[in-house]
Amino acid sequence: MFSKGTKRKFSDDGGEMSDESLGGANVSSSYNLQRQSLLDMSLIKLQLCHMLVEPNLCRSVLIANTVRQIQEEMTHDGSWQAVTEAFCNGSQSPSERLVATEVLCRSREQDAEPKLFSVISYEGCREEEVVADETLCSVSVSDAASNVCLSESVGHCWETGELRVVESDEETSEGSRLGPGDDDDDDEDDEDEDEVDEEEESSREDSKSMGQVFGTFEIKNGSSGPDSALEELFSDVDASYYDLDTMLTGIQSAPKMGPYDLLDSLAPSHGPPSLGSPSNCRSDLNELDHIMEIIVGS
Amino acid sequence: MDEELDSRKVNNSFLRDHNYATEADIISTVEFNSTGELLATGDKGGRVVVFQREQESKNQPHRRGEYNVYSTFQSHEPEFDYLKSLEIEEKINKIRWLPQQNAAYFLLSTNDKTVKLWKISERDKRPEGYNLKDEDGRVRDPSTITALRVPVLRPMDLMVEATPRRVFSNAHTYHINSISVNSDYETYMSTDDLRINLWNLEITNRSFNIVDIKPANMEELTEVITAAEFHPNHCNTFVYSSSKGSLRLCDMRAAALCDNHSKFFEEPEDPNNRSFFSEIISSISDVKFSHSGRYLMTRDYLTVKVWDLNMESKPLETYQVHDYLRSKMCSLYENDCIFDKFECVWNGTDSVLMTGSYNNFFRMFDRNTKRDVTLEASRENSKPRAILKPRKVCMGGKRRKDEISVDSLDFSKKILHTAWHPSENIIAVAATNNLYIFQDKVN
Repeated sequence: MFSKGTKRKFSDDGGEMSDESLGGANVSSSYNLQRQSLLDMSLIKLQLCHMLVEPNLCRSVLIANTVRQIQEEMTHDGSWQAVTEAFCNGSQSPSERLVATEVLCRSREQDAEPKLFSVISYEGCREEEVVADETLCSVSVSDAASNVCLSESVGHCWETGELRVVESDEETSEGSRLGPGDDDDDDEDDEDEDEVDEEEESSREDSKSMGQVFGTFEIKNGSSGPDSALEELFSDVDASYYDLDTMLTGIQSAPKMGPYDLLDSLAPSHGPPSLGSPSNCRSDLNELDHIMEIIVGS
Repeated sequence: MDEELDSRKVNNSFLRDHNYATEADIISTVEFNSTGELLATGDKGGRVVVFQREQESKNQPHRRGEYNVYSTFQSHEPEFDYLKSLEIEEKINKIRWLPQQNAAYFLLSTNDKTVKLWKISERDKRPEGYNLKDEDGRVRDPSTITALRVPVLRPMDLMVEATPRRVFSNAHTYHINSISVNSDYETYMSTDDLRINLWNLEITNRSFNIVDIKPANMEELTEVITAAEFHPNHCNTFVYSSSKGSLRLCDMRAAALCDNHSKFFEEPEDPNNRSFFSEIISSISDVKFSHSGRYLMTRDYLTVKVWDLNMESKPLETYQVHDYLRSKMCSLYENDCIFDKFECVWNGTDSVLMTGSYNNFFRMFDRNTKRDVTLEASRENSKPRAILKPRKVCMGGKRRKDEISVDSLDFSKKILHTAWHPSENIIAVAATNNLYIFQDKVN
């Protein structure tokens, strides 16, 4: 049990806040940590649910309620605000963010339009494998897709997201550039590269890693309209869950992927395809850090 | 308790060797008929296996009424819904017997979408001597027919036939979790996540929606129906449970659409036990009326509760099934076990409750003496006709002999489905792909 009201603003209101600590955490920071990991886990579970045409409704609803509960609590004690402000200059109200969870808990309904994408995009490949990859990618990359969730019609964001990510998967495997937000990427990417040129840090490999930098950069600029709550929610997802959930949902053929492998699979997003071999990417990560320092720090 | 038989090894076509068990062999429901003479199991492969109790024989007193395979049939096949582009599993979610009214037996079986009425009947005679076809059923050449015969019935080996008599389909958008036959014996209800439909057993093309909790906007959905059952004597009364841990008793006389309950049973949340998992573990996985109709039993993730129909504010009795898991909620959520749907049953006199747990353990609670016992259904630890030893799970460091540590429980071995003979102390316990039948010790 942590002492009441140490790090939280509104804990005296009771209600959402209780002294009950998760798994016996003693300190509020470890409580927050556990809460965050529970949130991450729940969101991944939800996303896996949404990949099924007919998810177990009871389970989905219970998980979605758990997410709502955590979200409310985090909104209440300000930690949710802190998380989101860091990303989107506080341009969003908490209520807007709650919409995002409602998107998550939307169950795929039969009365709705036919979901052709699931047939189309999974064509010709083993569904399990696609699903596994898709999870990994859409969690980390599909900021464009998840933006749709908030700004565009709620109904179709997941479909769009999934479809896009699958496309980008295919493109990746062909060694061409990454799918989401192509057009916008071009402009900003040029700018980025210019910037880097000025710093005389540019090399072919650097420009190749710009694609990864861009993802963060875009969020910082807030250039793509209302920022995606989903992106934030998934931002510090521990990749170890993937294997677990993949296992649990009966997907056996999922390749074991760590966070770096994840980047590997996305690597050839910019630059010549020939340089997009996954093996380069690990070293790129160091350079990525360096570039980030230059861009952000200066 | 005495282990009677380790079943499903009798019939060749349903040979279920431990080593060759597949997903399709996992038993998904168990149900005695109203006399206890028959026991039906359904599995994930869409099959129904019916066991019949052998007549007692004086020379073999230890073989007191063993159950042997009586009939096996494929109740549901996997289907593909082309309009919605989704697969419909063949898994049998529930079986309910109809009260016996003639020599034949009838049961309802359901998968996620479709309920079927099956007739199981015996045949020990066959007609012979038709004029237009021969004994093999082939049409005879009219020129060879020279005399008129009268067909006769001749005895033959006993054959048990299962024939589908009614198919109740296209009424459920979500997954059917319960079916319940009404005490009027003419109607039954089928329940999915959001709706309950009422059917006449004779009419397949029409059903009446009696409960609908689907919100206009599915994004506002926070609660689903988890189970429903008719009152054993009052044909107008039924109860349904929800994922928020509440029970609603409805009276069909009040209105055609029973969206407004007549009674609402809910236990206030204990603030001391509040956690992020509170709602998930309070979700009711099964609800059963007592045989008397006076009580309701509910199972949630950690407890079994008995409710008096006349007291809505809190349960009459609460029994801890596996409280030692309370500290393991995070990992049970992580591995999805927290969503397991344990069922619960009454004994014939409503004095004992039984429900399942993990590690092939199942629990019994005596309501009068308040004693409880943990037993294990496993092939490794029990031989036929052996007496079951009570098991004990310990928490913390010091583990006594014969105890099992909470950390070494096998969460893949779970007992979700059990059944209790309607009048005798015979129980059926489904442990993954094995069915165990135990009975009181024979003296």
